[in-house]
Amino acid sequence: MTDPPILEVRRASKTFGGVVALGGISFQVEQGEILGIIGPNGSGKTTLVNCITGFVRLDEGEVLFRGEDISRKPPHRIADMGITRTFQIMRPYYSLPAFRNLVIPLFSPRARRTGGWRGGGLLGDRKTVSIDILEEIGFERDSQVPYKMASTLPTGYLKRLELARCLALRPEIIICDEVFSGLSMSEIASMVPLMERLQMEGITLIMIEHRLRELFRLAGRIMVLNFGAKLMEGSPAEVMASEKVKEAYFGSEEVEEVMTYA
Amino acid sequence: MKSEQKRQERIDRGIKVRSENIYALMSWRELAYLAAPRLALILGMLILPLVMPGTYWQRVISIVCIYALLALSFDFLAHFLGLVSLGGAFFTGVGGYLAAIMNTSWGLPPALTIPLATVAGACICTLVLLPCLPLRGVYFAIVTLMYPLAFARVIEALDIFGGTDGITGIDSFVNRWVEQYLVISAVLLVLFGLRRLVNLDLGLVFRAVKDNDQAVKASGMSVTRYKAIAVFIGSAMGCLSGACLVHIYMWSGISLFALDFSILPIAATVIGGAGTLAGPVLGCLILVPVSELLRAFGTLRIVFYALILMAFVVFRSEGLLVYGRRKYEQFERWTSV
Repeated sequence: MTDPPILEVRRASKTFGGVVALGGISFQVEQGEILGIIGPNGSGKTTLVNCITGFVRLDEGEVLFRGEDISRKPPHRIADMGITRTFQIMRPYYSLPAFRNLVIPLFSPRARRTGGWRGGGLLGDRKTVSIDILEEIGFERDSQVPYKMASTLPTGYLKRLELARCLALRPEIIICDEVFSGLSMSEIASMVPLMERLQMEGITLIMIEHRLRELFRLAGRIMVLNFGAKLMEGSPAEVMASEKVKEAYFGSEEVEEVMTYA
Repeated sequence: MKSEQKRQERIDRGIKVRSENIYALMSWRELAYLAAPRLALILGMLILPLVMPGTYWQRVISIVCIYALLALSFDFLAHFLGLVSLGGAFFTGVGGYLAAIMNTSWGLPPALTIPLATVAGACICTLVLLPCLPLRGVYFAIVTLMYPLAFARVIEALDIFGGTDGITGIDSFVNRWVEQYLVISAVLLVLFGLRRLVNLDLGLVFRAVKDNDQAVKASGMSVTRYKAIAVFIGSAMGCLSGACLVHIYMWSGISLFALDFSILPIAATVIGGAGTLAGPVLGCLILVPVSELLRAFGTLRIVFYALILMAFVVFRSEGLLVYGRRKYEQFERWTSV
């Protein structure tokens, strides 16, 4: 018998009032791959992330992590198992300096368990570890940046801080909710090698993105969502060639024509 | 007419900059400059009982410390956890009744009842408040306001713990010096202990819960668990104050659940400076004696009291300590624009 995939979602559905956010989506994620999830606005991408990480409870269906159902667990239990996420709207602790932001995830049970002698225990040296992680993620160690208040940091660094919070937990899966959006071209260019390095370290990545060019370069597989349902799944080349995807993004030809004549 | 525009600018004093992160002190004068506010508070509190005229004002000092403990508890929970608790009286009541029962029924001396009532009371308060911990902001405030009211009515209606008469015949402290120095040292220990705590890693998690509980959840930590730990710490301070209070008054009654114990600490926090921990102590040192002085006005006392509070909220809403600290650590000057 083969090992179960690292993450499997089965018939996940969620409705808010009468709105169907997820209409029975099923997919699998293999260990070490980068899965891209794309779709027009309101297609249920962020709801899917919220459901996997326990912030929103599924109406029906299940989420399996290495074969174990996690869909009824609270968010902190799921993060404790190694499934971490970034938030689309960044959620740093604004009143703390950047490096002290990381002391909080480093204090979590998972980080204390996995951190070894340096980060572990009640009195571990979390400040040094947090500066190390920040350097790894692109905060220059010798500059003032890691010591600045999170409220004064520009978007690019806040996005990195979101990733750093995930890394502090030594995660198995990182679900990135639009880490590239709001960044300049050069900032994105410097983030791409970072994501590649994370994959090389054996971390499974699920990336929700609107920046298709960079995503198609990174991801091995793409899933397209539309109106809470899976439109298609395949390699980046297949997705780019698909007429259905173009339709979902730009509307069908007929509609376009009607719009121009109206 | 020549009009020159000027604006006031504030600059940190060199000593503040040098002591903030790297701690490079240059001389004994600088060391004294940093230590002066702390020493003034510690020595001032220790000298107070000696300089008070008569036993009446010495008793006032004890009451100041009781309220200071409650104000510290409020400030800690509200400004480091985001749990605005209007139920300070609940902590005093539980701690007070526990100490009273231990003393009268089991015959334990105050040296045992006070620590036992503090810990047991904190456990009870935390357990009872546990269902409300997921609530936030004004909802938590309203629910906690109900707790002391409900408990007082339960004691009254069921006629337990002495009912409306309360529990009498509680041992007092050996003498008034023990009483005063016990509560004063309790306040100082709690104050400096809390200041240490909020800068520990655990304290950072508390502040993170206030800032942003979603990110704490995403970091693999149970928000409710850390709120419960903090409520335990906060309610322990309140129970300590209640346990001391029943031994000071030698009586425990429903008035331990009175609104005063919930509201006055909040007023003291507003006056002293919210989120500073030392501010609420300062606020109590001002408010409690003022309220005693106003007794001369009889029933108009509350009116004057309210006026003082309103003046503070309108003109110095940042609080005395924040204002004082700014004057102490920065200098101001006018520059032309």
